[in-house]
Amino acid sequence: MTATTDPSPAKPAPLITADTRAFWDACAQGVLTFQRCTACGHVQFPPRPFCVSCRADGPVTERSAGLGTVHSHTIVHRAPTPAFKADVPYILALVDFDEGFRLMAALRDCPPADARIDLRVRVVFEPMAGGGALPQVRPLLE
Amino acid sequence: MKPVIAGVADTAVGRLEGVSCMALHAEAAAAALADANLRPSDVDGVLCAYSLAEPHLMLSSVFNEYFGIAPSYSAAVQAGGATACALVMQAAALVRAGICRNVLAVCADNRLSGLGRGGAVAALAEVGHPQFERPYGMSIPAAYALVARRWMHERGTAPDDFARQLAAIAVTQRGHAHRHPNAQARDPLTMEQALSARMIADPLRLFDCCLVSDGGAAVVVSAVDAAADRSDRAVSILGYGQMNTHEHVFAMPSLTDFGCRQSAAQAFAMAGLTPSDIDVAEIYDSFTITLLAELESIGFFPKGEAGPAILDGALDLDGTLPCNTHGGLLSYAHSGAAGGMFHIVEAVRQLRGEADRRQVAGAETAFVHGDGGILSAHCSLILGRA
Ligand SMILES: [Zn+2]
Repeated sequence: MTATTDPSPAKPAPLITADTRAFWDACAQGVLTFQRCTACGHVQFPPRPFCVSCRADGPVTERSAGLGTVHSHTIVHRAPTPAFKADVPYILALVDFDEGFRLMAALRDCPPADARIDLRVRVVFEPMAGGGALPQVRPLLE
Repeated sequence: MKPVIAGVADTAVGRLEGVSCMALHAEAAAAALADANLRPSDVDGVLCAYSLAEPHLMLSSVFNEYFGIAPSYSAAVQAGGATACALVMQAAALVRAGICRNVLAVCADNRLSGLGRGGAVAALAEVGHPQFERPYGMSIPAAYALVARRWMHERGTAPDDFARQLAAIAVTQRGHAHRHPNAQARDPLTMEQALSARMIADPLRLFDCCLVSDGGAAVVVSAVDAAADRSDRAVSILGYGQMNTHEHVFAMPSLTDFGCRQSAAQAFAMAGLTPSDIDVAEIYDSFTITLLAELESIGFFPKGEAGPAILDGALDLDGTLPCNTHGGLLSYAHSGAAGGMFHIVEAVRQLRGEADRRQVAGAETAFVHGDGGILSAHCSLILGRA
């Protein structure tokens, strides 16, 4: 529990499960995916083997265009763990992608003063130290 | 059988070097039983929470063994900041069902001396989603800051006005804590200090965030006839309710309206009361925004009016809704599930007229609320002078 004395402050990698393996494999290829129910059309994230709206099995995986809108954001000045200390200040956002699902992501390449609700953003993929890629966002240049 | 709160107690709070998590549990439990005029052997139900500093899969069994009791019913509940209220709700249900006659609900943690502030912040960040939040460096203050920003946006509050509303909560509660001899943070706090404190997660500054503490608290819920010899001090449990809408911030159905609306509505319906009937409120305040948002979501203030009312002194001891009269998590203490239990202990003291310099004159009804996660799990209680 003594994260402050951890000699190797590596950022935590996503703890991938059987539900999310395909999502992270797609991220590694630079593709953002979400699920849509074939029975009722409900869009959901994160992936799971059933629809939370109508309970039908087997929602299908679809490819997102990677465009979204900032629902809310914060500028983090105090890192939760030493692994993120070098990054502060960094912007975290909740992003509503156009297909109808929400993701948390860091808002990159954006001066803190320009961060705002309703900002249009595009997904970018950042390689992780241990392999794979993390979806983040940057302002969409019109 | 009708349940009542027969006894309450808390330990010292702050940095308590050299005391184990279980010793804090035992100290709070023994004092609450003494307050209820009960012996440890009278306890037939035990409800515990969790510990970050000394975690165990079966904390209630660990406590029973350590304390030296063998209750017929025992369970540990983990619902974050909703836990303490949930324990009292469950204890009341156990008594009402005739399963138990004296239920001891006890919470403690030594997360300040056991983990340090940095360690506690890191341990708490673990509640973030292991795939879709933690890898992004989401702290708990950051999650609440996302709520705060959206709240400000939807209410149309200017950033400076919003900052002043949040600061007023911190300053008001520090004033309450100053009147409590045991509070961890009793030094006076001014609006200027609060507004210029270092930023943690914009727009939340240092004094918008709760303390990290050691400490414990306990509540004894008894059948009314088991508590008869202390009936002058027993407190009635008039209503309770819960609501659970999500766990993670990215999955919140709304960033401005929460399950506290439904949990409070259940409790008020059961009690046959409305928010305007409440004399004193002890509402979860992990962050200033938590309280501001819940005050409106529960219905104590119309939409957009809580902030200005707080600036006008609504939460003062002589205000329209005296709130967090011990200082709350922001200024009294926050030691895990016990943090929420301090709210319950304070409500009971207010109803008994034992709150000394913090006493709300003539307090007969109290509303207590706890929420866990990121406004995820909610539990409300309504207590009354017996
Ligand atoms: Zn469906």
